[in-house]
Amino acid sequence: MTLLHFQLLSAAIFCIGLYGVLARRSAVLVLMSIELMLNAVNLQLVAFGAFSGFGTSTGQVIAVFVITIAAAEVGLALAIVMRLFRSRGGVNMDEIDVMRG
Amino acid sequence: MGLALFYAAAFLTLLASFGVVATRNIVHAALFLLAALAGVAGLFVLLYAEFLALVQLLIYGGAIIIVILFALMLTRSGEYEGETETRRRPFAAVAAALLFGLMTAVFVADAEQFNTNTRQAIPFRTLAEDLFAAWAVPFEIASLVLLVALIGAVVIGRAGREEDETLPEDDEPDDAEGPVRRGSRRRAERRRRGV
Amino acid sequence: MRSKPVQLAIAGVLFVGVGVLVAVFTLALALLGEPDDNVTALTAGKLVIALFALLTLITTLGISLVWLERKQLGRMQGRVGPTRVGPFGLLQVVADGIKLLMKEDVSPSSSSKAIFYVAPLLVFVPSFVVWLTIPLSEDLVVRSLDLGVFFFIAVSVLSIVGLILAGWSSNSKYAILGGFRSAAQLVSYEIPLILGVLSVVMVADSMRFTDVVNAQATVPYIALLPLAFVVFFISGLAEVGRTPFDIYFAESEVVGGPFVEYSGAHWAIFFLAEYVNTFVVAALGALLFLGGWVWPFGDLGQVPSVAIFLGKTYFLAVVIFWVRATLPRLRIDQLMNVGWRLLIPLGFASVILIAVQRFYGWPTWTLTLMSLAALVVAAWVQMRMQRKDAVATAQRYAQRAVEVQPSRRRPGPESQQA
Repeated sequence: MTLLHFQLLSAAIFCIGLYGVLARRSAVLVLMSIELMLNAVNLQLVAFGAFSGFGTSTGQVIAVFVITIAAAEVGLALAIVMRLFRSRGGVNMDEIDVMRG
Repeated sequence: MGLALFYAAAFLTLLASFGVVATRNIVHAALFLLAALAGVAGLFVLLYAEFLALVQLLIYGGAIIIVILFALMLTRSGEYEGETETRRRPFAAVAAALLFGLMTAVFVADAEQFNTNTRQAIPFRTLAEDLFAAWAVPFEIASLVLLVALIGAVVIGRAGREEDETLPEDDEPDDAEGPVRRGSRRRAERRRRGV
Repeated sequence: MRSKPVQLAIAGVLFVGVGVLVAVFTLALALLGEPDDNVTALTAGKLVIALFALLTLITTLGISLVWLERKQLGRMQGRVGPTRVGPFGLLQVVADGIKLLMKEDVSPSSSSKAIFYVAPLLVFVPSFVVWLTIPLSEDLVVRSLDLGVFFFIAVSVLSIVGLILAGWSSNSKYAILGGFRSAAQLVSYEIPLILGVLSVVMVADSMRFTDVVNAQATVPYIALLPLAFVVFFISGLAEVGRTPFDIYFAESEVVGGPFVEYSGAHWAIFFLAEYVNTFVVAALGALLFLGGWVWPFGDLGQVPSVAIFLGKTYFLAVVIFWVRATLPRLRIDQLMNVGWRLLIPLGFASVILIAVQRFYGWPTWTLTLMSLAALVVAAWVQMRMQRKDAVATAQRYAQRAVEVQPSRRRPGPESQQA
């Protein structure tokens, strides 16, 4: 189990998340794909921290911050999504393209 | 043994991520996301980062998935995914595959340099001390970000919902005639009762 | 009905049987020792056996809680509780279980049968996984994690997702409403629970359960941190969904909430999960606050330690059932008020008190003083707020009441001065 295993897995999850962001049409599903991408980044950070041999906790600390910011972002983004739903009746990402309203 | 566990967790995570992006039922997608996050938590345990694995389970599984489920169920987003608009899928697949190929090439090319096999367990106390000593300022900024997100979400969610802001018990009684002082209301009540 | 001596004899046999079960399982756990880091097949097999033994034990003890609650509630409500099935009604739970398993399996025509059947598992599995780190005695733990307390919190949070899915997949308005309310309540009371537990961890300097228990060798933490105990106990009650916080699944409220469409075996799974959760909260209260198996006699060996620990757990369970028999149910807005506006500030106050005491190096009895002072102030403020609210509500309803014969009315609630 070398670093390469974790790196490839993390790249795979990141690209699957990227596919989800680009191909999905519902805002909530796009958010879920963004969560997948953030998790892939976390995995790589922690893998670097564990395999680096320095014994510092930098990887894990940054991963904690990424989790925190992801939680904040999801909360805000879903509040916006619910607001959009209330004013428009749908959360189709293709139709949300005007700034007004 | 560790390698077998890694492959099992990696397989679960990949399968679940495919489920998130490919399924048509959105609640199934949320459950697949929960499975993917749990798989990543398992991989954290393999990297000897148990605290982070538990934090991942707690925050993602116990807060973010719940918020996502609430948003899914309250916005009925499911009706839009059943439509068969597949124009963008080939482009998205090509972009994702290109990025994956690029990253794989870079990682494999550098693999000989970083080909260590030993994972090092970071003691939990080191993590705690670093988080509150060396990384204290980012910690405080992160808590400020959370506060801003909390207030922002409440404000955005509340704007324009005046009819839901008060409980029924807080409404004025139907027979109130203007602002009445409490003393006179008591007297009026006593008068009405004939005492 | 059998005569009293025969009942006593059969009850004795049942208790001895359960005692033998407990002894066999504690011995099985004791023989396994502490697994080392190299994960071999033998170690994995030992872990599996240990986990199996523990789960069966916990199921048995959780089921005994059902009997205890029905008897206790019965006596407190002026009746006897179950007496017919088995001596002193001991086998009533078994009869109920058999009845539930034989019921017809009905499922609504919902959009996803898979989620309908998976949701009870999501609720039920975390209550059992938690027992991986909870020690019954010094050596009787399946795996003593460094982060045992945090493990409990992280795993028990996953059952909230199961409740939402249960409510939503039932495809019924009451179920969805009950599911949302339950999620809101559980998520809100997660924070004071964590804060109460955090207070204990701060004083004990470790998250390992055995360390926390051993740190209470001289004085249990309920004497040092009464505020944290109150916060933990109330939020633990709310996490399990016990009265006065059981609005989300009470039959008179949301028609059973998220469980309304579940019949037979599935409902039995929810029921079992609720009682095992109660057992978990009682066990945690005993470990974190009452001194586990160590106080007051010290470590006496394995079997007496288990007995002391189980005794304290059952004592807390009796208190939980006593609260259920005594207090009325809170409304959903009152519930949210208590959680966010009373318990979270109290939880933070507890953590700040401990931090201040550690920073200035005050002796530990100052913790008791400060906690009690904070409790008294909080209780006084809360009672003032509730009395004002109750008087205002009563006056509003008195004004809206239809007055049929005003001349014949007796003096109303004028004596309730604010």
